[in-house]
Amino acid sequence: MHQLSHRNFRHALWAGIAIAALLAGCQTTQTPDKAPVEERTPSPGAAAAPGAGTAGTTGTGVTGSATGTQGNPLRDPRNVLSKRSVYFDYDSYAVKDEYKPLIEAHAKYLQTNRTARMAIQGNADERGSREYNIALGQRRADTVKRMMLLLGATDSQIETVSFGKEKPRNMGHDEAAWAENRRDDVVYAGE
Amino acid sequence: MLRRLRFFATLAWFTALVLGLASNPARAQLTIEIIGGGGTTVPIAIVPFAGEANYPYPLTGIVGADLARSGLFKLIDPAGVNPRPARADDVRFGEWTARGADAVVVGSVTPQSEGRVEVRFFLLDAVKQTQLAGFSYVVAPSQFRATAHKIADIIYEKLTGDVGVFSTRIAYIAKQGPRYELLVAEADGYNAQIIVTSNEPLLSPVWSPDGSRIAYVSLENKKPIVYVQSLATGQRQVLANFRGSNSAPAWAPDGNRLAVTLSRDGGSQLYLINADGSGVQRLMSSAAIDTEANFAPDGRSILFTSDRGGSPQIYRLTLGTGAVERMTFDGSYNVSPRHLPDGKGFVFVRRDGGRFNVAIEDFATRQVQVLTQGASDESPSVAPNGKLILYASGNGGRGILAAVSSDGRVKQRLTAAASDVREPAWGPLPK
Repeated sequence: MHQLSHRNFRHALWAGIAIAALLAGCQTTQTPDKAPVEERTPSPGAAAAPGAGTAGTTGTGVTGSATGTQGNPLRDPRNVLSKRSVYFDYDSYAVKDEYKPLIEAHAKYLQTNRTARMAIQGNADERGSREYNIALGQRRADTVKRMMLLLGATDSQIETVSFGKEKPRNMGHDEAAWAENRRDDVVYAGE
Repeated sequence: MLRRLRFFATLAWFTALVLGLASNPARAQLTIEIIGGGGTTVPIAIVPFAGEANYPYPLTGIVGADLARSGLFKLIDPAGVNPRPARADDVRFGEWTARGADAVVVGSVTPQSEGRVEVRFFLLDAVKQTQLAGFSYVVAPSQFRATAHKIADIIYEKLTGDVGVFSTRIAYIAKQGPRYELLVAEADGYNAQIIVTSNEPLLSPVWSPDGSRIAYVSLENKKPIVYVQSLATGQRQVLANFRGSNSAPAWAPDGNRLAVTLSRDGGSQLYLINADGSGVQRLMSSAAIDTEANFAPDGRSILFTSDRGGSPQIYRLTLGTGAVERMTFDGSYNVSPRHLPDGKGFVFVRRDGGRFNVAIEDFATRQVQVLTQGASDESPSVAPNGKLILYASGNGGRGILAAVSSDGRVKQRLTAAASDVREPAWGPLPK
């Protein structure tokens, strides 16, 4: 009769744990398959300096799609177009003057690149009703979109969505964290 | 060949074991503790049923736990009464009033055919020396938990005059690291079942009036989308995925339509939609944020949150006339309205001095009473008997659930061992 050897046992144990760990990492039944969307994480504190808007209209050519590496203004850290976040005061969706050059630069990019598309993702800090914060984030996104439409973008190029308070960038519970989470992020299609 | 077979058998066993531990919903199971009792409690003795100890399933223990957790009962220890009564006729009332009990519950479990048993119980008023209730059920012992909840419901109703909610279920969201789960558990927190799991946020679960479906919001596609999912089959369909954000589902009392908040036409506005996603119909047009719709029990009006007056407040829309009336006037932030099931008022969340608390307003008097004292309380959900309000609590730290009675006296805390829990939704009474 054949006993399970100690060595076989240990192999089975570790192989089983490895397989289980692999399987446990997968989604369980209810979440449907979806094309993986890369998480966009704009660099923190990405406020445009006043007057930086002019830098985006000179230098490298503002053509082509949002993807690509060399010479892509959307990714060039020296270009205001790489700045993607607009920050808001508490309970507010008013756009502060310091962000207007950034918004104008992105609007002009859309105007020049008619096939370019973006999503503006609105966010709120962690305080208050989840659903009201979805609406507040939506307001913040819509406000920036409206400005971009006035500056040359077209409606079909911009979708506005809200994450409410569900996807904070800063997990803290203080004023600094809240300020960082009250923001819009601009994400171009294909990013 | 045999050695290889044994190898794979052992492999399969270990895989199953580790997998079972990894995806165990018990991590998000709720523990409920009472931290504040009602003004007056009914002292009640629950005598273990004759024959109950022969089965591996608890019965009277669950009845007692249900009643104690309601905050309205004080359990009197039945120890020392010999012989233990199992029938109404066996109860000597003086023995029980001497122990301070106003009410006594006795019963028995007797085997029937095919492994089933008859559970028989009696509820007696020890002071008036009368029988208040007597019922029997023929069940499999594996159904003892559900039977205990039914017994507790009957005792609760006979002694308080209100419908019991021990046989209901609650839904809630649990977050552990990057993983979100929508769970449904019995009202005492047991038997949590995972309904949805996702690596992106889930929020706003709401039960259909018949308890067969749950609508919820998911961010899995990088925008809020509303789904309706059947609990029996696990199948779900998209209710609303229009351009922009889709959120804040609320069932109409007939279960055929929902109100939702959509940004497809600009801003956040209220719409009606059929439960299959067809027939979108705009409810109102405003230049404001309109969201968080909640139907009145008679289906004729909707409470909602709007900032049309300059700050988020609660308004009521009468569906027949289209008239809109403001309902909250204190403070600069009143949101998340939920009707009481008797239609006489609503609970909501108000911000005062930087703190968010659950409050209740009476329609007739317009009086407001603040019910909770946490720093950031949100998402109230009312029990179908109107007596308890579940809500989410947490001060930036770990999220827990809590419950408060509609008069503010009874307080419960509901925690999950390894998860942040939020967004509770109390299910309807079973049919």
